[in-house]
Amino acid sequence: MTNPVPPPDEPSTLPSHHEDHPDNISRNSRNGLILFCIYFVFYAGFMLLSAFAPRSMGQTPFGGVNLAILYGMGLIVGALFLAAIYMYLCRPNGRRR
Amino acid sequence: MIYEASLTAILVFASFVTVVLTLSFYLGRKAKSAKGYYAAHGGVHWFVNGVAFAGDYLSAASFLGICGMIAFYGYDGFLYSIGYLAGWVVALFVIAEPIKRLGRFTFADALDSRFNSRGIKLAAAVSTLVVSIFYLIPQMVGAGVLIKPLLGFSHRTGVLFVGVIVTLIVTTAGMVSTTWVQFIKGSMLVVFCAILTVAILAQGLTTQPMIAGKPVKLFRVAPAGEIIAVGDRLLDADGAWKDKPYVRRERIDGAGASSVEVWRKMDAAGTTLVETQVLTVKTQPDGSVAKFINGVPQGHGKGEADLLPVGNVYRLAGGKTETGPVGPFAYFREFQGAQVVTWGSEKIEETINTPGEPGPTKAETTIYFPTIAYGRDLLIPGSSPTFSKVRLKWPAPITSTNPAAVAAYEKAKTAYIYGKLDFISLMLALFCGTASLPHILIRYYTVKNQADARKSTVVGIASIGFFYILTLYLGLGAMTRGTLDVTNNNMSAPLLAKSFGELPFAIISAIAFTTVLGTVSGLIMAASGAVAHDIMENVLKRQWDDHAKVRAGKMAAIVVGVIAMALGIAFEKLNVSFLVGWAFNIAASANLPAIIMLLFWKGTTKQGITASIIVGMTTSLAWVLLSAEAYKYVYDKPVEDSIVPFSQPGIVTIPLAFAVLVVVSVMTRRKTA
Repeated sequence: MTNPVPPPDEPSTLPSHHEDHPDNISRNSRNGLILFCIYFVFYAGFMLLSAFAPRSMGQTPFGGVNLAILYGMGLIVGALFLAAIYMYLCRPNGRRR
Repeated sequence: MIYEASLTAILVFASFVTVVLTLSFYLGRKAKSAKGYYAAHGGVHWFVNGVAFAGDYLSAASFLGICGMIAFYGYDGFLYSIGYLAGWVVALFVIAEPIKRLGRFTFADALDSRFNSRGIKLAAAVSTLVVSIFYLIPQMVGAGVLIKPLLGFSHRTGVLFVGVIVTLIVTTAGMVSTTWVQFIKGSMLVVFCAILTVAILAQGLTTQPMIAGKPVKLFRVAPAGEIIAVGDRLLDADGAWKDKPYVRRERIDGAGASSVEVWRKMDAAGTTLVETQVLTVKTQPDGSVAKFINGVPQGHGKGEADLLPVGNVYRLAGGKTETGPVGPFAYFREFQGAQVVTWGSEKIEETINTPGEPGPTKAETTIYFPTIAYGRDLLIPGSSPTFSKVRLKWPAPITSTNPAAVAAYEKAKTAYIYGKLDFISLMLALFCGTASLPHILIRYYTVKNQADARKSTVVGIASIGFFYILTLYLGLGAMTRGTLDVTNNNMSAPLLAKSFGELPFAIISAIAFTTVLGTVSGLIMAASGAVAHDIMENVLKRQWDDHAKVRAGKMAAIVVGVIAMALGIAFEKLNVSFLVGWAFNIAASANLPAIIMLLFWKGTTKQGITASIIVGMTTSLAWVLLSAEAYKYVYDKPVEDSIVPFSQPGIVTIPLAFAVLVVVSVMTRRKTA
């Protein structure tokens, strides 16, 4: 093992800005989980609409383009948007002094 | 369709392959250590790694398969695009950083970081092998499918050609050259598809597509009275043609040669007819095979005919004949308002007994017929045979107690439930599978640290997402630009490029070919790591120096390469698109529960992880091998014999693997504590 992870109950000897510092690890994984859940809600919505009401995807809410395309494109662009937010939240020493 | 290998295509191909191989040999001089071979020294720049993610992930199945599915059936192919991309959210938010932090060369390293258990290493290595090989089959078959028409090779030669090049790339420089091949391929694929999309939008939609300045033949739709004249020789609708919606007319030309036109009835009464294309394969008693198109021998010579390229807009909204240049949203608006010609097929088998012949001649006739569909119907889920079950409705309640009616009602209910579950199961497997694919996971070991792992995933999401948005334009473009081959939807994307000229066709074909190279080399890397690093070195505890480790890795790569070539030849006939979906199902069931629980549950034990990988892998594998599709395409047996209710196992086997992990961990916790 190149990067041993210290057990969580021992105080870490790593400097606080190091990416293996337990504070950093837990901050990043908490941010990641929250964003994951947000995305999953949208993905599940898409999955259920397609499975149970595919015809409703034919309505054109705006721009004359149907919901199937808007929602699908939205999921692709949305993934990139959330990824950018995650990058921002995980920047070194972000949100932590 | 018969393709003629063009000189341009061969030249472009040859230069691509030369560049890739030269690069590989050049870089190969540097990769002497195990860290160099398996992880490119951990020194790949995050941006290069991000684009290489795209090169690794956008396989021939994504590129050729999705474009082909959209070109033939509309929106449903895009569902795969969405699922494949959404999976990256799991990779970035949950998997990327821990995998980088905990592992060294392979996914088994990361899983085993806390336990040092041989069981985990072995189970993870075997699941890596199974998933990689399942994923390799469609890539190799795809390579053969692609190269056959382009270079005029046979399927077998095509597969061997690809196999040898890829094995050379991997054994010369391992992950270093693999990374650069994937980087080149990923960037070219995205850039060139973007150029094609701009060209599609610049020309808009038209009811009369042109290829190389010549108008494409439009197939006639007309009232029966205009087509069938008094005195025409009509063939009897008997034998296998009985009760089929076709009218067959025999034509005798000036030289006395006969040909047969087949018209399809567009309504039950047959008042409107549509022109079709017919391929007949006749097998003589002595085993010789001859192919005929509309009753004329297939070929490009005099007195011969071939299937024609198809696909066009039938009517545009407002009676226009063309839209002119359109924006990215206007393209969809125009498409929704249009009527589009799509193609279906039906097979009819006959046995013809000719007096004086030693035995019967078998004739297999495939009729390719146009149907006119509404654009707005093609742009919602359920437009393809694969996903049509999402449009099933809950059956209306019945009052009758007649057993037949009750049985039909129950059957409709079951079809409804299983249809929806199958769809959700596939979408779930695509979502969970990406972050469990071994050849994707190993790419996290080629960057310096977790911050770079994160950045390269974001670059990967950006390039892959952008490409998947383009697939919808490419697919719809292929559907309407008059270049489709009715017999082969995998060729839709390269043929689409043909509508812009011979050079774009050659370039996109060469890119599709490097697509196969990039993905296959990643898969062979992952599999060789599982064999040499996980099994030989860590499970069997071989004491090797660095040099021997690299040699073992290269030997393993050659063996996997040979296996891949053999499978690619053996499975030539297999329909490749759903195999990829199955690989995702198996990866998600075997690997994801283990990774997630290791990261988020302190009670996880080594026995729990091992059991979960084994159960997830074996149940999902058994499920797909027993599914209706496997019976139909792999074993050629009746679909009814299949014992699993639907074909995609993910919705059952992913939770099952989680449950097994928890139960086994709880049972073994005290002993290991």
